[in-house]
Amino acid sequence: MAAIATRDFRARAAAAAGDTALHRKLDAASLRFLDKRARVFAALPDADARRDRARAVKAHAIATLDTLLPELERRFTANGGIVHWARDGAAACAIVLDIAARAGVRLVVKGKSMVSEEIGLNACLEAAGIEAVETDLGEYIVQLAGEPPSHIITPAIHLSQDDVAALFTARLGEPLHSTAEALTAAARRLLRAKFRAAGMGVTGVNFASAESGTLVVVENEGNGRMALTLPRVHVALMGIEKLVARDEDFAPMLELLPRSATGQTLTSYVSLVTGPRRNDEIDGPEAVHLVLLDNGRTRLLADPIMREALYCLRCGACLNACPVYRRIGGHAYGYAYSGPIGAVIAPALLGIERVPDLPFASTLCGACRDVCPVRIDIPRLLLAWRARIAAAVPRAWGERLLVRGWRWIAWSPRLYRALTPIVRAGSALVARIPALARLAPPLAAWRRGRELPRAAPRSFHERWRDRRHGTDPDAP
Amino acid sequence: MEVQLLVTCLADQLAPEVGEATVDLLERLGHRVRFPEAQTCCGQPAFNDGFSAEAAALAARTVEIFSAPAPVVVPSGSCATMIRHFYPGLLERGPHGPAARALAARTFELSEFLVRVLGRTDVGAGWSGRVTYHDSCHLLRELGVRDEPRRLLAGVAGVELVEMAYPEHCCGFGGAFAVKFPEVSSAILDPKVESIIATGADAVVANDTGCLLQLAGGLRRRGSTIRTLHLAEILASQASR
Ligand code: SF4
Repeated sequence: MAAIATRDFRARAAAAAGDTALHRKLDAASLRFLDKRARVFAALPDADARRDRARAVKAHAIATLDTLLPELERRFTANGGIVHWARDGAAACAIVLDIAARAGVRLVVKGKSMVSEEIGLNACLEAAGIEAVETDLGEYIVQLAGEPPSHIITPAIHLSQDDVAALFTARLGEPLHSTAEALTAAARRLLRAKFRAAGMGVTGVNFASAESGTLVVVENEGNGRMALTLPRVHVALMGIEKLVARDEDFAPMLELLPRSATGQTLTSYVSLVTGPRRNDEIDGPEAVHLVLLDNGRTRLLADPIMREALYCLRCGACLNACPVYRRIGGHAYGYAYSGPIGAVIAPALLGIERVPDLPFASTLCGACRDVCPVRIDIPRLLLAWRARIAAAVPRAWGERLLVRGWRWIAWSPRLYRALTPIVRAGSALVARIPALARLAPPLAAWRRGRELPRAAPRSFHERWRDRRHGTDPDAP
Repeated sequence: MEVQLLVTCLADQLAPEVGEATVDLLERLGHRVRFPEAQTCCGQPAFNDGFSAEAAALAARTVEIFSAPAPVVVPSGSCATMIRHFYPGLLERGPHGPAARALAARTFELSEFLVRVLGRTDVGAGWSGRVTYHDSCHLLRELGVRDEPRRLLAGVAGVELVEMAYPEHCCGFGGAFAVKFPEVSSAILDPKVESIIATGADAVVANDTGCLLQLAGGLRRRGSTIRTLHLAEILASQASR
């Protein structure tokens, strides 16, 4: 399994929040994608209606998953492919290992797949003595660095060109200070050899049509196309939510996915997989396998509130738009899926006990919902998780005391007003002796990066009474 | 017209001048302001922290306190959102359901009330200086209010409005988030403060006391003298008229 560290979120987030070099790298990429996204959406006629349509396509597919999935299996099998069902990550890895063993595969080339990250496939392959090589440049970089991807779309977003140059020098013997072109060329050279030697290509799936059993893989580097055509065996990993009902549903999805992800009107490569090489074809794999992964997705499906999280296209726009993500990056989340959508699906896929903090790590600013191509109402889903977590996972006594205490104080206008002079006195005291803030954790926390506000000399309630009783010094 | 003021607990304790400015402004426009004195907190802090029962209790209380039929004006996009978007769901199953829906329908954030309900963009204000406007998240994305505050500012004699980079980016406040994740909250604030300073404005204007406290805290920490003002304070002012 991939190392899941969602419980360490607080410490990791706090550390990343102080890493200004990381912030610069995250901003450079996220804001560029965000700006490009805004431009291409502004230029897209009826963009809002198209988003509604895309959402409707996904809503329909998710609502009828129980009939569409068997349909996909029938069609894909009729096309000459082989379908496997995996309840969880371990089962999916075992299936891939079994396919590799039967085909005598020693080397696997991989196109970009977040499902593969989710299930920790590389570690499984390596444990079985099978070399797995990432061929998407960003994925290749993080694999060389021994790190998980830190963004759904831009895996090496946390590394600068200098970082990559240093990494290539250390790991591949590339001369230092190489240009981006030279680094890419070096990766290409190495990966070519791997592509030629690999017995198996593993890719993700962006969309699959139940109507025809066709899989769609989008990418920009051609590495995905090569991974699914060159090796003898192609294994496509797919979360069960990637399904759409009909081929014609591909269009609205392909319209929005690249625009949302990178601000492109279309990716450089869109591959449609309709089965293994046919007799009259000169290339393509001998066998195509489709691994359909649940791994907690049916829990989302059974949850009427959270279900819409399954509409996600994994475009990464919500990460780019998220003020929290842009300060802490993907690694802080401790899970393959980071950012707003990660905080929504991690509690369902991993269980809330393992994800006590993620849904709280949001200002609920709503920027994610604004950019989501299928309009997933992420802030509402985060709020729903918060309520569930508050009910199920005991909170620190201090926090309970604060919230419950405030409920009773605010319940009673008298108590509330009686509190005013106390707040005022406390505030004045802390203003005079700032070290006292240490006694009140929330004040101390606030003071880390900001000056404390001062309570007003007279509250509005008091001023209102002054006004009414004619003691307002400003009154005419 | 008669209007009810919900001043918000933050403004009440920490920025009462916001409440005063709201009252002054509404009265100057010829309206009668009622301030139900039993009001305290709308329950948003508990709600955002997942404490639904506590939030529902305070929501029910607020619904009772504002039972009069007059529209409710709130100088906060966040608290207005709480009432408008979250009260109906929170109280739907209890006896306060219908009243919560009715309150939601007659509750408005201040700039929204002025422009959409009263149809005013020139409120006869004067304030001389250069200001930049920060979009509070709930106001912008939950209530869909982007142009109204800018149009109101444009209508103030003497005000020069300069846009900061990414005015719609969050300031990092987020209520309890600001103290639960203080490092992240402050890190989000940094670029916001930088873009405010880069405008060379005399004041940054926002419509939420929460955002303003966060912005003021960050600006003061950097030794900046840029003022933080609630829109109501500018609109209530008649300095250069
Ligand atoms: S939740 Fe929406 S914006 Fe985020 S990755 Fe999924 S589709 Fe993209």
